[in-house]
Amino acid sequence: MVTETLAPPVRADRTVTVATVDRRIAIFNRICVGVLIAFALLWLVPILWALDTALKPNAETVNTTWWIENPTLAAFGRVFTDTDMLQWWASTFIASALSAVLTVVTASLAAFALSRMRFKYRTLVFWFILAGIMVPSQVLMVPQFREFQSLGLLNTFWAVALPQAPTAIAVFIFKQFFDGLPADLEEAARVDGAGFFRVYWQIVLPLARPAVAAVSIFTFVWAWNSLLWPLLVLTNPDLMTIPVGLATVQGAFGIRYADTMATAVLGAVPLVAVFLLFQRNIVEGIAGTGIKG
Amino acid sequence: MTTPALRPGRAPGQGRSAAAFLAPFLILYVLFIVGPALYGLVMSFFDTSMVKSGLSTFAGLQNYADALGSSDFWSSLWHTFWFTILTTPPLVILALVLALLANRVGRGQWFYRLAFFLPYVLPSAVVALIFMWILSPGIGLLDTTLAKIGITAPNWLGSETWAMPALAMTTVWWTIGFNFVLYLAGLQEIPRDLYEAAALDGAGPWQQIRHITIPLLGRTTTLVAVLQVIASLKVFDQMYIMTSGGPNYSTRSLLQYVYDESFTNYRVGYASAVSMLFFLVVLAVSIVWFRLVRSQQKEA
Repeated sequence: MVTETLAPPVRADRTVTVATVDRRIAIFNRICVGVLIAFALLWLVPILWALDTALKPNAETVNTTWWIENPTLAAFGRVFTDTDMLQWWASTFIASALSAVLTVVTASLAAFALSRMRFKYRTLVFWFILAGIMVPSQVLMVPQFREFQSLGLLNTFWAVALPQAPTAIAVFIFKQFFDGLPADLEEAARVDGAGFFRVYWQIVLPLARPAVAAVSIFTFVWAWNSLLWPLLVLTNPDLMTIPVGLATVQGAFGIRYADTMATAVLGAVPLVAVFLLFQRNIVEGIAGTGIKG
Repeated sequence: MTTPALRPGRAPGQGRSAAAFLAPFLILYVLFIVGPALYGLVMSFFDTSMVKSGLSTFAGLQNYADALGSSDFWSSLWHTFWFTILTTPPLVILALVLALLANRVGRGQWFYRLAFFLPYVLPSAVVALIFMWILSPGIGLLDTTLAKIGITAPNWLGSETWAMPALAMTTVWWTIGFNFVLYLAGLQEIPRDLYEAAALDGAGPWQQIRHITIPLLGRTTTLVAVLQVIASLKVFDQMYIMTSGGPNYSTRSLLQYVYDESFTNYRVGYASAVSMLFFLVVLAVSIVWFRLVRSQQKEA
């Protein structure tokens, strides 16, 4: 303050305006934080409410309070006795892992060819694959169903995984990533006589770990969450995936809300774990690779 | 195999290697995407039935004429559009606002990402179960909360007027995280010095957002909006589980109409024609996107 009075008038004015602008920005920032936290908490409410309900005895769920008088894990126990949750977990895991592995392997091989090899019709093949992005898989449900029916593959994990495996966008993501990798290492390896497959397997794929992570996590999550297609091809209760199982169990519990919420929570747990473990890969995957287009 | 030629462009062996690398993907792609797409197109011109094998009799364009003349088709198309209209603006604008705020705040990013993105990884069935409980008439969390501030809530999922907005709200909660992350990525690409230069020129935070951030996010916004429209048009799960298309078919989406026609009424040929019409709608949106991106690239 002393310096201000001593400084020439013009400068003093400027210091004052900068100070008020700074104060305004500080207030603005504080409002931003407040609004953002409010939204974040609002967004957490449904999940917390589901957990809260699941920890109540069924009889207590009708009083809509956050406070739980007799907290209990009994609802979670009943999920395992009254539904096939363990089987759903296993089925969903097998089907999703199968489609993730098939997608990563086939798409990265195809993308390697498109990125590194010279051959006739390369552009044509690329556009042929890219056109697949335009076709929503739901448009294909009827013909795909008849196809698997005539192949005799209904009620198998193949029926769930195979149509999800050829993901055009995955080829696109891998190709973009491979195109960005420096070619020096590969050229050296090729001079030493390494074939394309060794270059792909020992050099390019290890370097493309972020793309592999993003594609495998995303195909896994998409496969895990898909409802419509598994609903059509898995009618055998022993093979049902979590979304199908939950959709069929919906209403079966009636007004036993604690049990219903415990089922929902347990159905969500595996993917929440995947999310927490791979949060960075998922977010970078959306942001950094071609999923952005 | 002998060592292939080192100089690119002159290698006769590369065609064969390329075929080997492409084969696994292309075989699956032709068998399970291209094949069914063509098969569906063919079936849409026949009276194919779910309970009979083979294509059955040729119907020409009759299935398409039937669809375009069916009030059920138009109402389910309208429901799908209505759902898209209700979900797209909040999912684009709110996601942008939240990303702007999170980007500005800087600290605690992980918490916001967790809060907004976590719902996105939940299976639709889990989301549906949670919201059916929250929206329960009378005893649900939403109704009791609204009652406390003196609002009598409608019977959300049981009302022809409110079922769709309730489904839209559920969807906004469920999927906003994806757009949020896309916007955050777009924001991080804007060079810092632009803001510094603007600040030196005396631009306040609001002016910076209006004149720097929003225009530079144009391409991200196009992307988010189009992906969102396509995702909303493909809605099925939420309605199927939460309302089964009701009450009184007021929330039956186009995909559920296809589902009902083929797996309940066994009219596979007809359902294929409806699928093709649906594909045309999605294609039209994609083309609009493509043109928007083109014109934005020309401007840049």
